[in-house]
Amino acid sequence: MTADHLAPERTRAAGDLDREPIALVDLLDRVLGGGVVLAGEVTLSLADVDMVTISVRALVASVSALANQDQGDSP
Amino acid sequence: MSDDGVWVYAVAQAGSLREGDAGIGASTADPLPGVAGGPVRLVSVSDLTAVVSPVDLAEFGEEPLRRNLERLPWLEAVARSHHGIVAAVAKTTAVMPMRLATVYRSEQGLAAMLGERHGDFIAALGRIAGRSEWGVKAYVARAAQSSEPRRDRRPGTPSRPGSGADYLKKRRAALSATEQARQNTVATAERVHSQLAGRAVAAALHRPQDPQLSGTDDRMVINASYLVDDERQTEFTATVEQAATTSPELRLELTGPWPPYSFAAADPGGPAPGARAPR
Repeated sequence: MTADHLAPERTRAAGDLDREPIALVDLLDRVLGGGVVLAGEVTLSLADVDMVTISVRALVASVSALANQDQGDSP
Repeated sequence: MSDDGVWVYAVAQAGSLREGDAGIGASTADPLPGVAGGPVRLVSVSDLTAVVSPVDLAEFGEEPLRRNLERLPWLEAVARSHHGIVAAVAKTTAVMPMRLATVYRSEQGLAAMLGERHGDFIAALGRIAGRSEWGVKAYVARAAQSSEPRRDRRPGTPSRPGSGADYLKKRRAALSATEQARQNTVATAERVHSQLAGRAVAAALHRPQDPQLSGTDDRMVINASYLVDDERQTEFTATVEQAATTSPELRLELTGPWPPYSFAAADPGGPAPGARAPR
């Protein structure tokens, strides 16, 4: 039976820049979904649900287009 | 001449961070470039320091930013650059990361906010000091997926004729077996999450990732972040390994350590420090 579950190499720190590259999807979960949200003079309301929803939809469309171009590349 | 805004990466306790640390400041030997290539600097107000860099409002102002954030290559480049700086600073001291695309028109505006929200930031920094975020994702393991019951057909043998009612009965049984397998997987995932949360100070759940973004068809049943004392890191990662071994029906992936992006708010469902109703 193949070791599909956690292998030692998977415990490598993703945050260390000299190790495995960070998956974009994991990064976006955090930098878009997390962090402190402020109301500033220029407010990019990522806390605004509509904004995030629109972005995710656009991202999905972009990813499909990219996936069709770069076959076999995985994030 | 372009109009500069101020992109904010993170906030730390003043005195714990100086120009020259982590590639900050023009005088640094090996400066880390900011999201627009500008120099990373510090803006301090009383005992708080914000890590910032200048950005051209023609690209990073409200309207262009909304458009640019919907362009995946732009978003990816900016997200990675932003994270690079947050992570570099996090190696030096406890930082409270800002959400991507926090831009002020001026340092004065940023400084005013730091003054007003001082207490919230101090409390938030206190909650994450000496701690790191770890990410765990769990998928239904391929072996488990393929073993979901199907109509049994052995190659080379003719299928046995049966009545319509007989077929329907078998189909219902197969569907309920699949549903049972699904419920078992969910129960296992809940158990694993509970176990990991028990080794952490706090836990935050994310939405399951879109397969088109994650690049896998495997069903995601956990997408969580855990805030773990740095001293208990080994114990936590060992618990993840153990959970992987005892739950072969799941495939677990661990990422980390991350700066504490998912723990900006006192209560993960509640408002983050400095949050106000949008104007």
